Amino acid sequence: MDFNHTEDRRMISDSLRRYLSEQYDNEFRNKIAYEAPFHAPDKWSELAELGILGALVSEDQGGFGGQGFDIAVVFEELGRGLCAEPMLGNLLALRLYAAFGQSDRVDAIIAGTERAALAIFETDAFVALDEITMTADGDTLSGRKSVVYGGNSADHILVAAKTAAGTYGLYEVAASDAEVLGYAMIDGGGAAEIVLDKTPAKLIAEDAEDAINAALDAGRLALCAEAVGVMDYLRDIVKDYLMQRQQFGRPIAMFQALQHRLVDFSIEIEQARSIVILAASKLEAEDRALHIARAKNLIGRAGKLVAEEAIQMHGGIGMTWEYAPSHYAKRLTMIDAQLGDTEDQLRTVMDLMAA
Amino acid sequence: MDLNFTPEEEAFRAEVREFLKDAISEDLAQKMRTGHELTKQDMEAWHAALQTRNWLAATWPKEYGGPGWNATERHIFDEECALANAPRVVPFGVGMLGPVLLKFGSEEQKQSILPRILDGTDWWCQGYSEPGAGSDLASLKTKAERDGDDYVINGQKTWTTLGQHADKIFCLVRTSNEGKPQEGISFILVDIDTPGIEMRPIRLLEGGYEVNEVFFTDVRVPASNLVGEENQGWTIAKYLLTHERTGIAGVGASTQALAELKGLAKKLKRRGKPLSDDAIFMARIAETEIDLEAMRITNLRMLSGGGAMGTVSSMLKIKGTVIRQAINDLARRALGPAASPFPSEDVLGNLAVAPPEAAMHAADYFNNRKLSIFGGSNEIQRNIITKELFMG
Repeated sequence: MDFNHTEDRRMISDSLRRYLSEQYDNEFRNKIAYEAPFHAPDKWSELAELGILGALVSEDQGGFGGQGFDIAVVFEELGRGLCAEPMLGNLLALRLYAAFGQSDRVDAIIAGTERAALAIFETDAFVALDEITMTADGDTLSGRKSVVYGGNSADHILVAAKTAAGTYGLYEVAASDAEVLGYAMIDGGGAAEIVLDKTPAKLIAEDAEDAINAALDAGRLALCAEAVGVMDYLRDIVKDYLMQRQQFGRPIAMFQALQHRLVDFSIEIEQARSIVILAASKLEAEDRALHIARAKNLIGRAGKLVAEEAIQMHGGIGMTWEYAPSHYAKRLTMIDAQLGDTEDQLRTVMDLMAA
Repeated sequence: MDLNFTPEEEAFRAEVREFLKDAISEDLAQKMRTGHELTKQDMEAWHAALQTRNWLAATWPKEYGGPGWNATERHIFDEECALANAPRVVPFGVGMLGPVLLKFGSEEQKQSILPRILDGTDWWCQGYSEPGAGSDLASLKTKAERDGDDYVINGQKTWTTLGQHADKIFCLVRTSNEGKPQEGISFILVDIDTPGIEMRPIRLLEGGYEVNEVFFTDVRVPASNLVGEENQGWTIAKYLLTHERTGIAGVGASTQALAELKGLAKKLKRRGKPLSDDAIFMARIAETEIDLEAMRITNLRMLSGGGAMGTVSSMLKIKGTVIRQAINDLARRALGPAASPFPSEDVLGNLAVAPPEAAMHAADYFNNRKLSIFGGSNEIQRNIITKELFMG
């Protein structure tokens, strides 16, 4: 057993942490995260130069990482730095372009010269691929894809749709050919409604079901790791605040009611870190789906506890827009809603247990 | 990152598993499965079986008759014992007094006492808590006064587990009232048959007898029975609390209990369907299993040396006991009304309502409420972690 990261992963983690703390502070973040294009294109290019996108796919596929732990170290730092760049959407698309050997796209995304997003879900189909209704009509697609992460800033959008043969196909649409209705998310960063009306679509894969599910699991792992980074930050900041905030003539850290609550959520953060390590080690394994679902279930529960306690233990200041930890708590809460929440993951776990 | 054990460690695991297959008799296995109380003879026989391989005192070095295992080997051994549903080693001699003597005892104490723990000659019990000294252990009042070559002990100890079987007791006693309460405590060894000692059983809420009160009236003990220096007792007690306890999370035991619960859910019917088809109940099992999976990794992370030992074992103790109690709770509720009959011999035999392996689940649930109270209550563990978080 060895619970240390490799030298390479430590390096990328360190450099990303340094970059975000120097170049992406909270004031800057909140300035760009809520106004179109809801991220900072120049920072995106710099992150690409740092190799952050390359770390998300394997060497065979044009990157230099791609394993569960590569994704985990990158997203943990994105969480710790509360980065609002559209990394999730690009991760999902990049994994699929790589899976289907689209090396031009892979190279361009890794270089930071193009961005992409993955459009699967629809207003009545937010969790699983087999809920979607959009069906391809020859070389065109019609209908609406909902809450597409990073869809507002993508050059190309990968769209999942049923084929005439009844399989789940993967198509590429140029953003310029689609109606892209971009907006900020409540926790910052951009998403979009993608409205297609006989929009030309290039078939990438006739049967992409397994690949899409694998990409979604990579995305879920990324979200879990991001949550661990957010939680680590929140624990440290709550601890510091309790020592610094004076009431009744002493630091509120002296009150046992608060001490024990800090301990309880600190334990859950250790549990969260553990389950993400396990899930990362299983990203290529046969029982990947079970381990990813377990991880995101626990992360959902721990995240809710930590986010709510972080706000509560800060009192009024934790309610303000100006104070950075409020935004971390908001991000942590909304991570649960992405790619299947606590209950959705539990349903997956139970289905797999019963199978 | 590598979550795998080495081939050597896997070979060791296989060796332990092989041993356990033969060492647990059918009679013993049956008692363990049905949650029957083990007799003193059962426990002594189990100790003897382990000691045929020098595996009884897992933390002791080879030169004193232990296996000389490292933390990982101890973890593997604990895990395999739990998965095989082996009896627990009675900890007071091998797990508590042994390490204390190895660290603080004189060579003479080591030579005379340790072999008698290993061969089963002496059964030790613990005299720490008092009616007025639980979480605030340092306020203990049982006093030992020097009189010539002896100490004379007066006072009362309580919660002495399995004291009814014991030949000897190790005690924390007050030898001074000077300075802070912690500074006047000593660690002393006492023969149970010394005149002036009275042991009275305490019946627990589920009906079982496992703990006792011990009364000391003018109990005369040779001064050579002191371990370490006079007034060094608190240091010794603290050493024991933070002494490497790889098994504190109880991951193996919880894993075993959860597997049993899942098996039970397939057998039991609710509204005409197996309980294992009930979404609400199975969701609770699934979330508990997820917590246990995380705990397993947390345990391994700590084992491979992340974090300070005190905080870590406190975290493992809190979360490990919470998970174990959650499993006990689910097992009790799985039975529904079949959990109600008091587990008398009749109810366990010809009047059985619950499946035989589950007849003790309500009693186990009540008994295991102790897990979050003993060994430093979970609230005391939170205080320990707090100190580390803010001062560490």
